[in-house]
Amino acid sequence: MNEKDRATPPDHSLDLALNRRGFLRAGAAAGALAAGAGAAKAAGTPDPLITDVQPWAQGWGDGVDATPYGLPIRFEDDVVRRNVGWLTADVISSINFTPIHALDGTITPAGCAFERHHSGAIELAKEDYRLMIHGLVDKPLVFTYEDLERFPRVNRTYFLECAANTGMEWAGAQLNGAQFTHGMIHNMEYSGVTLRTLLEEAGVKPEGKWVYVEGADASSNGRSMPLEKAMDDVLVAFKANGEALRKEHGYPVRLCVPGWEGNMWVKWLRRVEVMEGPVESREETSKYTDTLADGTARKWTWVMDAKSVVTSPSPQSPIKHGPGPLVITGLAWSGRGAIAAVDVSIDGGKTWREARLANPGQDKALTRFYLDVEWDGSEMLLQSRAVDDTGYVQPTKNSLREIRGENSVYHNNCIQTWWVKSNGEAENVEVS
Amino acid sequence: MSKFRNLLIASALIAPLASPAFAEKTGLGREALPEEIAAWNWDVSPDGTGLPPGAGSVEDGEMLFSDNCAVCHGEFAEGVDNWPKLAGGDGTLANKDPVKTVGSYWPHLSTVWDYAHRSMPFGNAQSLSVDDTYAIVAYILYSNNLVEDDFVLSNENFLEVEMPNAGGFIVDDRAESEYPVFTTRCMENCKETVEITMRAAVLDVTPDLGEGDVPAEEATAAEPAAEPVAEAAPAVDPALVAAGEKVFKKCKACHQVGEGAVNKVGPVLNGLVGRAAGSEEGFKYSPAFKDKAAEGLVWDEANIAAYLQDPKNFIPKNKMSFAGLKKDEDIAAVIAYIEAQSN
Repeated sequence: MNEKDRATPPDHSLDLALNRRGFLRAGAAAGALAAGAGAAKAAGTPDPLITDVQPWAQGWGDGVDATPYGLPIRFEDDVVRRNVGWLTADVISSINFTPIHALDGTITPAGCAFERHHSGAIELAKEDYRLMIHGLVDKPLVFTYEDLERFPRVNRTYFLECAANTGMEWAGAQLNGAQFTHGMIHNMEYSGVTLRTLLEEAGVKPEGKWVYVEGADASSNGRSMPLEKAMDDVLVAFKANGEALRKEHGYPVRLCVPGWEGNMWVKWLRRVEVMEGPVESREETSKYTDTLADGTARKWTWVMDAKSVVTSPSPQSPIKHGPGPLVITGLAWSGRGAIAAVDVSIDGGKTWREARLANPGQDKALTRFYLDVEWDGSEMLLQSRAVDDTGYVQPTKNSLREIRGENSVYHNNCIQTWWVKSNGEAENVEVS
Repeated sequence: MSKFRNLLIASALIAPLASPAFAEKTGLGREALPEEIAAWNWDVSPDGTGLPPGAGSVEDGEMLFSDNCAVCHGEFAEGVDNWPKLAGGDGTLANKDPVKTVGSYWPHLSTVWDYAHRSMPFGNAQSLSVDDTYAIVAYILYSNNLVEDDFVLSNENFLEVEMPNAGGFIVDDRAESEYPVFTTRCMENCKETVEITMRAAVLDVTPDLGEGDVPAEEATAAEPAAEPVAEAAPAVDPALVAAGEKVFKKCKACHQVGEGAVNKVGPVLNGLVGRAAGSEEGFKYSPAFKDKAAEGLVWDEANIAAYLQDPKNFIPKNKMSFAGLKKDEDIAAVIAYIEAQSN
């Protein structure tokens, strides 16, 4: 926002004529200037939004045939996935970020849930879909999409977090926004069949100890996991948030590996091989491994540990209303179970207050937290800290570095700090 | 404990999840045919399971790598731009910013073969024959100084190749090293002072939310750099320029020229002819290049031609990883093209 924008008063009667960005900026500027345009008007002059008959109160809106499948209203056009151009060599093998700073609740709308592809998002029709279960099984099987829909079905809500989420922050505060620091995450309600159901249909031989799962796209992304996990809570999902999976999330069938790093949630799942040992594929050796200070690397670091972030206020969601009541909110999750509590600090971790959970923590799913405060307008070093039901307490970046050194990238679940200034703007910082 | 009680406990555990109850097989699906399994089951394990019979030489691999891989991974597997480096990085794993390559990091050769055969080349996956895959993997080993130039890799000697970092991995030990440590939930007086030690705004690499995703550093690089004023434009031979455009394809992975060109792996080439060596603003030249520049090297046509003929000899230890142009007419053409683009 610049001075020119600030000088432009919002003229709501003209909003149809203004382009979207101009309108949004003008609106944001007005909010930043005063403690809300409505409040200011109510103190003196009557608010024309109330006293004048507005066009929407007089004429017609859209008919029911206007939008067979809807997108959010145009005023929300800036709540979108964004990518960071310099992160990867090419957008085909790349990642974008969920706009978590602008969302509330826990379910991520599919249309803005982050994407990570290794060879682009492919179009694979249900009729062309085949899933093969083979290897150390009594009877290798091929299923069509239709077959999958005839197995007993379950519904489960899980978060999916990329192992690289917050990875750019390991070396220091880098990207200025919760979307970029923590947006490689989404949380959806999946419908599908358990992988256990399909494995039991094929019959796992006693020497089978691992499964290798592979996607149908050109990257043939494949990962190994112990049979124990495959038989525990892994889902072969075909619906998310009630509708068919989006193309970018693996339509028509993806794997859900609850609590484990997103790379294992193979999209366009085509093959499950029961094996004696792990394949040690590219994505489980050269990538998604954690290099420690002495150059040794941890492998098989599948579980995503407890983590949280304040989504608002944050750099992309500054405080625009001035001092007074303020809702501090954010998300917390743990790959090892449910969130038991979230603490919030406004002084960079000197003192902490327990936040209110919007709902009790759910196993391996996002939990929304709120802390309702009376902001006095002074600077804050805002942090959140998740505690899961194993008793694990989300660590600081420094305490993680003490153990892992400075060369790690993946699995960074450190406490995040936003420096909220007295004008309400926020910045990503690292603190001592 | 009776069987009955076991059953009760089991149901009690399962009940809250509302799992479907079923005991018998559904009979859904059909048996997979051996040909179908063979068509998809390409993975290769560290012990060589899944490796098909075949062989390929470093010599063949060099050609194949140049044709199929070098556009992203570089002629010497050194990596172009942000694309993965496949060679080098030896001994850097404990350094700040370790360089993780096949030679320095990958624990199993099977992974290289498996990935190249199944997932590469990027945009044309599953197109390499078995023997070609052996040859390319042999060349990657050669690029990492792990085999000699007369080496032939095959399913017979595959497991004899020693990967330098084979012993460099441990299984996730967070349950011992981290979980017992991260249990303190301090609420009051947790630390005495708090200082801001780093700010993202100072680094300034966040995409501009209003105007798209141009990274800050590229945006800066795109600013018009101070360039030497071109002499009076010489007469241009369109045929030579056209021929040069084709030759320039070999340079394009690293260099840009023309309107809007920015520094990439190599510096912008606008105004190259006649400019002082090492003078492109904002580009990080190698020490060898800077030394040469300090000696007063100017890129006249003769010097460019000599450099392009044998880059490694003309400026030893410079970082341009390009073997050179063998034909004089290619050199003349590419210089003409660069000049034409600069005007």
